[in-house]
Amino acid sequence: MHNHTVSQLSQGLREGSYSSVEVTRNYLERIARLDERYNAFISVDETAALAAAEAADARIAGGDAAPLTGIPLAHKDIFCTKGMKTSCGSRMLDNFVPPYDATVIERFRSAGSIILGKTNMDEFAMGSSNESSYYGAARNPWNTGCVPGGSSGGSAAAVAALLAPAATGTDTGGSIRQPAAFCGITGLKPTYGRVSRLGMIAFASSLDQGGPMARTAEDCALMLNTMAGHDPRDSTSSDVPVEDYTAGLEKSLEGLRIGLPDAYFGEGLDSATGECIHLALKELEALGATLTAVSLPHSELTIPTYYIVAPAEASTNLSRYDGVRYGHRCADPADLHDLYTRTREEGFGDEVKRRILIGTYALSAGYYDAYYKKAQQARRLIRQDFLDCFQSVDIIAGPTTPGPAFALGAKDNDPVSMYLEDVYTLAVNLAGLPGMSLPAGFVQDKPIGLQLIGPHFGEGRLLNVAHRFQQATDWHTRTPGDGEHVA
Amino acid sequence: MNWESVIGLEVHLQLATRSKIFSGSATTFGAEPNTQASAVDLAMPGMLPVLNAEAVHYAVKFGLGIGAKIGKRSIFDRKNYFYPDSPKGYQISQFEAPIVGEGSFEISLPDGSTRSIGITRAHLEEDAGKSLHEDYHGQSGIDLNRAGTPLLEIVSEPDIRDATEAVAYLKALHSLVTYLEISDGNMAEGSMRCDINISLRPQGSSTLGTRAEIKNVNSFRFVEKAIQHEIERQSDILEDGGTIVQETRLYDAQRDETRPMRSKEVANDYRYFPEPDLLPVVIDDAYILAIQHTLPELPTTKRHRFAEAYGLSNYDASVLTDSRPLADYFEVVVATCNDAKIAANWVQVELLGQLNREQTSLAQCPVPAADLGGLITRILDGSISGKIAKQVFEAMWQGEGSADAVIEARGLKQVSDSGALEGIIAEVIAGHPEQVQQFLEADEDRRKKLTGFFVGQVMKASKGQANPQMVNALLAEKLA
Repeated sequence: MHNHTVSQLSQGLREGSYSSVEVTRNYLERIARLDERYNAFISVDETAALAAAEAADARIAGGDAAPLTGIPLAHKDIFCTKGMKTSCGSRMLDNFVPPYDATVIERFRSAGSIILGKTNMDEFAMGSSNESSYYGAARNPWNTGCVPGGSSGGSAAAVAALLAPAATGTDTGGSIRQPAAFCGITGLKPTYGRVSRLGMIAFASSLDQGGPMARTAEDCALMLNTMAGHDPRDSTSSDVPVEDYTAGLEKSLEGLRIGLPDAYFGEGLDSATGECIHLALKELEALGATLTAVSLPHSELTIPTYYIVAPAEASTNLSRYDGVRYGHRCADPADLHDLYTRTREEGFGDEVKRRILIGTYALSAGYYDAYYKKAQQARRLIRQDFLDCFQSVDIIAGPTTPGPAFALGAKDNDPVSMYLEDVYTLAVNLAGLPGMSLPAGFVQDKPIGLQLIGPHFGEGRLLNVAHRFQQATDWHTRTPGDGEHVA
Repeated sequence: MNWESVIGLEVHLQLATRSKIFSGSATTFGAEPNTQASAVDLAMPGMLPVLNAEAVHYAVKFGLGIGAKIGKRSIFDRKNYFYPDSPKGYQISQFEAPIVGEGSFEISLPDGSTRSIGITRAHLEEDAGKSLHEDYHGQSGIDLNRAGTPLLEIVSEPDIRDATEAVAYLKALHSLVTYLEISDGNMAEGSMRCDINISLRPQGSSTLGTRAEIKNVNSFRFVEKAIQHEIERQSDILEDGGTIVQETRLYDAQRDETRPMRSKEVANDYRYFPEPDLLPVVIDDAYILAIQHTLPELPTTKRHRFAEAYGLSNYDASVLTDSRPLADYFEVVVATCNDAKIAANWVQVELLGQLNREQTSLAQCPVPAADLGGLITRILDGSISGKIAKQVFEAMWQGEGSADAVIEARGLKQVSDSGALEGIIAEVIAGHPEQVQQFLEADEDRRKKLTGFFVGQVMKASKGQANPQMVNALLAEKLA
């Protein structure tokens, strides 16, 4: 049953083919046996998971089951879980046990789904390889010598390795889509504001968005149905009504207008990866879509803009980690200054420190206008480019990443080349748009992701396109097996 | 050289909302440390601010109260600095787009004159917690109960010229915000805290000198003393040919001096930028209009009305309109007795004097306004003298009932019966033959003084109840 999708499990549970306790036990057993290989989980609470599974079984027996009742899920360790350690991949929060649930967790709990454990991630979600995690990098199940992508690398690896049927992730600049692409799964970053950020530890507040990571678009739709919705405790969450994301999955793609931005197919794109994407686009054409070239004239501003806005917000979001109220505190501080500096010196890793420094610099007196203010102006232009495109096309498509997963350690000494990994995903966050990645082929036996981008609140359409594509292809059904591909 | 001081005040006003500006925690003063601090106030990971609509309402009310332009789209910013009582490592404030723009209001000075003081802006922000350094033996405690209490920072133009004006400004501001019921204005509990910007320039000059900022002065008296001290300090330096350093200073009330804050306490680069966790506050005309309709008569308007309608001096009018309850009290007294001047006198001298002696407030006053009006009526209709009225008032204060009840019970009704008075006067004259002789031999001036003596004796004999006008008239007759 570990091969089942969420949708299949949901049906199986309701038909009594198996109980939630059996399903949960099965995944816990796989995690215990296999996660040593993938390092996908930071923490697992078997007792709590089984207790929740028992409660779910009672609920199913009582005829009161929601679609996700009894489904075990993995959650990125950025979502606060009441009574369960939430580290955000950082030494700073290695001892942090929240007294509250994130809204997303609360919603999954009340839907009756089970928390298998918390997944590995780049520290404070800053990274594209999972290597900045305090707990060591998660591995790519397709090739454990390669990175799973990041920052939601643990979630992607867990789903790809069938250690969980689905997981949550967060996406600030590609952190759901890039690892989904690298691990051969389906991931959706919703429109900014669609999913509550309350209890989701902040990296860059105006860019962060939680979303589902699963094996199919249909599963993502089921997950999003539970995750999405207005939260009065998050002022930036949207009150646009939530649709049933499973309702439109089967819609025909006849007449669908797909825009292909020239910037996403130019220099920098690995040619074999480009080939995969072209074949996937042909498939969509065969399903009734028309392909048109579109232009995003301000694409070249994306990376510099992102690397001002995100670190600027991060630099102040992370000020609260001062050793005073929770989290890591250095031993025997001599005075306040010593408490601050040593706590943060010890608690944060290099990538986090790098971004705090960049962000602090960008906001400093005398530099604010040249950096942060300019970046905000560029951000508006980038967003407008997309809005202009959506005048003439329904969705935009392209590669999720320039190439397949790279080797662990390959970009250790080159943060800028690591930043370039996200060249196709960052703009979506800057524009607040929904974006997806779905499996679209293999290069060097490693998965390649097709990215779909929709207009604001166009999640339903993206899921529909992805679902029809998955009905016509089998990339998403392939699994790496339990370790045959160890490099 | 003659120096002119230029003063601007920044007042941090605690708004009287029930909950904090960005969380649902209560704002009650004096609770056990950290019992009013939620996960949001503690800046726990993943927690987000949600703006309290009441705080916006109060800020707009203030803006309308000073005739200011209301910011239709105001923006919250993060002001970044590390301090243990600032749990997020930044304070949510407003920087470029405050909720209240330029306005002004009138202050009333002790000499009876008035001046208009400009307000540059007022913006919403959150208060910090408190660091507690006592009782922790080399460590510090942190109380976050106050963290997140809504503040309105009110910035004045540098229109204030001296300590007297600064105090008058603060009193007028206090009166305005309590009229508007947006703050309890309780300075002892820190509801109004004041930063003073002060510089000197040669009399007649129009350029501004270098200023010093004195932080966190928390009473009218300390504001007055801090300014006086600072003016002296700066003029001493300038007279000696020195220059003023732009710096932040602290007022030490015990030593009555200002001194520079340690450099660590001085803010550097706050790295302001728009708070991404909050949306811009968008306010429409309908919202503003709805609040406009709820505004009470404000102190300045009321003062002018009191002066005109009741024929009071500007000073009396300003004392009586200082607080809304007092003004309301006075108006009931006048309505009952129909004599504004006597009413104003009684309220200011007897009532406020008694409240002051007993260290209590009007809300606790045992004498209802209508009863005080009733007492004054009895003076006016001759039932009792002003002197007896004071006794009656004392008894009313002790809970002996209305003026009529006290007069009746104590038999204090003025003796206006000429038969009874003639008897007393006859006794007094008979008892003081020497003085009678002196009177008869005296000139006009001396006679007046001696009349006073006889009136005094009659009043004494009548236990103060004789009608003084009648006593005067009858004495004149008898001694003629």
